[in-house]
Amino acid sequence: MSALVLDGLTKRYGPVTAVHGASLRIPHGQFVCLLGPSGCGKTTLLRMIAGLEDPSGGRLVIDGRDITTAPAHTREFGMVFQSLALFPHLTAGENIAYPLRIRGASKAEQRKRAEELLELVRLPGVADRPVSKLSGGQRQRVAIARALALSPKLFLLDEPLSALDAKLREAMQIELKQLQQRLGITTIVVTHDQREAMTMADLVVVMSQGRIHQAAPPMEVYRQPADAFVADFIGMTNLLEGEVTAPGTAIVPGGTLHLPDLPPTGRVLLSVRPEDVVVHPAGTDGPNRLTGTLSFMRDLGASVEFRIDVAGREIVALSRPQDRPPVAPGGALSVEFPPAACVVLPPMAERPQ
Amino acid sequence: MLMRTLNSLAAGLIALVLAAPILVVAGVSVNEKKSLIFPPQGFSLAWYAEVFTDPGWRGALITSLVVATLSAALAVLIAFPLAWFLWRWRAPWARAFEVLGMTPFILPPVITALGFLSFWAAVGEYGSPWTVVVSHAVFFVTLPLVTLSLGFGAVDRSYVEAAATMGADDRTVLRTVVMPLVRPYVISGFAFAFVLSLNEYIVAYMVVGFTLETLPIKIFNALRYGYTPTMAAVTVLFVSLTALVFGLIAWFGDLPRLLGAWAKND
Amino acid sequence: MIRRAPRGLAEHAPILFPALMLVVFFVIPFSLMIAVSVFRRVPGGFYEPDLVFANYERFLTAFFGGVMSFSLGLAALVAVLSVGIAFPFTYRLVKLPRGAQIRWLVFLLSILSLSEVIIGFAWSTLLSRTAGITNLFVALGLMAEPQSLSPSFGALLAGLVYQAFPYTVLVLYPALARLDPYLEEAARTLGSSPLRAFFTVVVPGLRNTIVATTIMVFVFALGSYLLPQLLGRPQHWTLSVLITDQAIYQSNMPFAAAMAVFLVLVSLALVGLALLAGRREETA
Repeated sequence: MSALVLDGLTKRYGPVTAVHGASLRIPHGQFVCLLGPSGCGKTTLLRMIAGLEDPSGGRLVIDGRDITTAPAHTREFGMVFQSLALFPHLTAGENIAYPLRIRGASKAEQRKRAEELLELVRLPGVADRPVSKLSGGQRQRVAIARALALSPKLFLLDEPLSALDAKLREAMQIELKQLQQRLGITTIVVTHDQREAMTMADLVVVMSQGRIHQAAPPMEVYRQPADAFVADFIGMTNLLEGEVTAPGTAIVPGGTLHLPDLPPTGRVLLSVRPEDVVVHPAGTDGPNRLTGTLSFMRDLGASVEFRIDVAGREIVALSRPQDRPPVAPGGALSVEFPPAACVVLPPMAERPQ
Repeated sequence: MLMRTLNSLAAGLIALVLAAPILVVAGVSVNEKKSLIFPPQGFSLAWYAEVFTDPGWRGALITSLVVATLSAALAVLIAFPLAWFLWRWRAPWARAFEVLGMTPFILPPVITALGFLSFWAAVGEYGSPWTVVVSHAVFFVTLPLVTLSLGFGAVDRSYVEAAATMGADDRTVLRTVVMPLVRPYVISGFAFAFVLSLNEYIVAYMVVGFTLETLPIKIFNALRYGYTPTMAAVTVLFVSLTALVFGLIAWFGDLPRLLGAWAKND
Repeated sequence: MIRRAPRGLAEHAPILFPALMLVVFFVIPFSLMIAVSVFRRVPGGFYEPDLVFANYERFLTAFFGGVMSFSLGLAALVAVLSVGIAFPFTYRLVKLPRGAQIRWLVFLLSILSLSEVIIGFAWSTLLSRTAGITNLFVALGLMAEPQSLSPSFGALLAGLVYQAFPYTVLVLYPALARLDPYLEEAARTLGSSPLRAFFTVVVPGLRNTIVATTIMVFVFALGSYLLPQLLGRPQHWTLSVLITDQAIYQSNMPFAAAMAVFLVLVSLALVGLALLAGRREETA
């Protein structure tokens, strides 16, 4: 059963459409990341779910109840804002107890719950401190605790970790994931950091220009990108344009590739991850190989990166150091594209705008 | 080095010129005899006592304080919902009322005064004591309107959104989040209006000049019949009260920000 | 909490009271005043509704022309003097430490909000024969015997500049406080002396602010109605004094209203000009 259903959710600001008919089913207890470059509409989508923006079209349903037009304060979702939005006139504990206070809970009840939640986010003993006296990471935890104070049905976070330094961010990603698993709460996080999305999410929703391109588990998004945008945005990839000339055969710049999954005819786009491209010394022969010239090479420690010019296009390949062919920049190479690693995408022209 | 000395000298000179009239008045206010002499001859605080014992002066002082308190309160009551409404809703047409609220303060005061005079005369209330409270409130509504617009502008909208996601409706947000954050601006708006109402002459004079004596009216009337040291004492008291109120605003609020030293989003 | 256009009576309710107050107690009085300016005066009484322009025709007399040009000239002089002193002063003020700035601001605000009655009284005392500044000059041997300096044009001018100076500083303060200090520092590293940097970088950069401030102070000075009576002679009376005089002592409301309408038009035109000048600076 789907806990949250987005059905053609759309947001227009005058002539600009920020979100184009977003449809999505999010089961109970899932950790979802809305991922995309800035301005792709992910925050607008989250804010519509929270009730902070009026949808221009579409429906929002939770557990069978239509909440498209329900005001934010009736939805009982917890939300962590990018700015954290901790009330400066209240202490950490009062911030956390705020939702209880406005529901008329007693002082003792508020205090008890605030301390429980501080315990939960591993920040005991700061209840009486003003928020201005907390560090960035501590504020983060207080904001998370506050959003969870009412045990909400849905936990929403807008770029929650973007203000933290890299090391702390990494630690918080793991902690947030553990917290979510412990509570089993349906969670939606907006992020522009693909690493963050890959680390935490059960379901990654890739967005660009107001549209959802793909919604799938992290590894599927990586291995089976739905289109060129997803392939390019998640990790690094080589995109090859080709033309299917015979069943299972495509002509690409610099040669011919034989692949099982090709459409019967027409133009195709192939995505091959750099770590799947195999580099051989020039002159060695085999299937699915193209010839090119090494333009640049660098050692990354665990791997070696090659940039190879194949018929005027740059192909990036990653090899283990021990597999490195004996060649210097300017020398010729043979590049292999294993059929299993080539993902066939719709051609460029069909990509949604 | 020379530059710095010259600068300090210039600043000192300006401070002296600004303070000089007040200092001379303070000097003559402690003269022992009822004469306008500086430096003062003898020392006496009798004239200060007279401000409180003489029924005329005491009455004017009380009238001024009551009028200033009521009109400043009314000005805040007018400005607060207007500033809140403009901040809360997207209503460009309502800006017209903001402009209306700013206008009386920009125009020469005699114009507003004359408008009130025609109005109260036309509705048959000319001279009623309460009309000066309403007149001052509308005349000085600009001040709380400006401080409150600044105050609401300084409230991060994400606070409001956060409160909403936690279940607070408009009224609760106003009470629990917005109000505590704009309180200093409410107080400074009230204080500005209070001080200016206390010192206002022309509107009060045109509206209730013949029925009610505020302190500025009393001083002006007294000046026509010649000098008494009580005027000097009253002036010193007024200047001190004014400075005290602004000192409190500076103490509790962010005076440079109120006066526009920083952009909103700093 | 979505910021959208308000709907229904409940959401509009908060603005009803302020709107009502401003319309009833500002728009209506203001319109009434304009109406009165074309009413006919009833000698010995008040006025009665009519549509006559006789009140405006009186503007064409030499007396009115004299008062008008004196008022405008005086306001212009006060504006130029105030900005001339206040600009360099404010420029130094914004560079002071915060605490010192706040003390100055409290001091300036206190003087700004002083009643014209009090300023007039204080200056007439300062310039009087018995308690005035000339006693100090006599004591220093600069003068043979004390004399009265008020009422006079000089006294009036001093009082008006005294009143306008804090206003000018507070109008200039935001613009100067936000002025980029690096600009001037850059000029200094290029070899300008502080004084040269001030005149070649700061003043030209804020030309529109200076123009706008001068106009604002001009309008402020135009509104002075008590100082001309307390510190000046009858020939120094300004339009504001004349309006008060006509309304209260001559009971000629229609003529007072006509003059007030004229003053509004002049002020609004000038304020509009000042806003325009100010806006150009912001976009520049």
